[in-house]
Amino acid sequence: MSETHEHSIEDAKKHIRTYLIIGFALMCGTAMTVWASYINFGSREINIAIALLIATVKSSLVAGFFMHLISERKMIYSVLAVTVFFFVALMALTVWSMDRGSIIHYQ
Amino acid sequence: MEIPYAVKPRPDTGLYNAKVGIWLFLASEVMLFGALFSSYILLRVGAPEGTWPHHWLNVSLGFCNTLVLIASSMTVVLSWAALKMGKFNVYKITQGITLLCALIFLCIKSYEYRDKFHHYEITLKDGRIADGHIQPAETTTNTVVIEGRWVKSHADLMEGTQAPGEKIEIERKDIAEMGNYGPWHNTYTAIYFTLTGLHALHVIGGAFVIFMIWGPLAGVYKTDPERYINRVEVSGLFWHFVDLVWIFLFPVLYLL
Repeated sequence: MSETHEHSIEDAKKHIRTYLIIGFALMCGTAMTVWASYINFGSREINIAIALLIATVKSSLVAGFFMHLISERKMIYSVLAVTVFFFVALMALTVWSMDRGSIIHYQ
Repeated sequence: MEIPYAVKPRPDTGLYNAKVGIWLFLASEVMLFGALFSSYILLRVGAPEGTWPHHWLNVSLGFCNTLVLIASSMTVVLSWAALKMGKFNVYKITQGITLLCALIFLCIKSYEYRDKFHHYEITLKDGRIADGHIQPAETTTNTVVIEGRWVKSHADLMEGTQAPGEKIEIERKDIAEMGNYGPWHNTYTAIYFTLTGLHALHVIGGAFVIFMIWGPLAGVYKTDPERYINRVEVSGLFWHFVDLVWIFLFPVLYLL
């Protein structure tokens, strides 16, 4: 068996440990999301923000470790950078369209 | 004709072509679900005070489905790692569990859909509203039987309940309007069925591809193992995306 092949097997074994830890973290995160939804943090907006924050952390773990984005090629990052830009722009436009602050009320 | 860079990485990208392809596809998927999430935000924020439902869905079932999808994501990466280590039998078992998880997810989702299609809101001619699950065995041409509750107004229905209700018998001649909680019921059920329906189609599509690679196309591993491992990786990337979308759908639809 070549040294490179043995190295690859060692890497895979190390990956398995990581996958199991991330999987456990995701399940804990899910339980935390449910738990947090039953706690009154003062306002519904804060509850929504906390739930979305936990979901963002969980999705980052999936993308980073299960989809291997923490050690991916530059080409993939370039594709995702464009996607993130347009996704953020879409959400910003959505939020902007709900802004009632610029409406002037006359008596 | 041989397709170039199906296995070996292209010198300029450093990746085999299928991997670039799946990431471009996933980028378009992000925008597809992004547009639907944007619609959800607009519908929810635009809904008049007290008209957006809460707890209409069973949190325990949603929680179970989330755990099932996370478990399936784990088995997908574990099966890929098993192939990298040359353990084909371990791959067969772990990826088999992935398929089982997909099936469990779809069964739970179907049960939830069935529950909504059996859930009726009945407005009587005298203005009273009965809300609950229809009992098909006891419902006749003259009488409708539901297990549920009486409410004074639509506003009372906005806070859902999972508690079993009382048995209510209603004469059909007294009914002014009767409809189930399908996509046509209100804005919430419309966006709920759209988002989860599209997601379920992705689960079906992903599970089908994983099944084809796992079963009928497994012979490729003997003739071209690298190509086979790449196929498993690409189908796995799609599966993780499906899991990632659900991570947002669960709190948004079930909890908030």
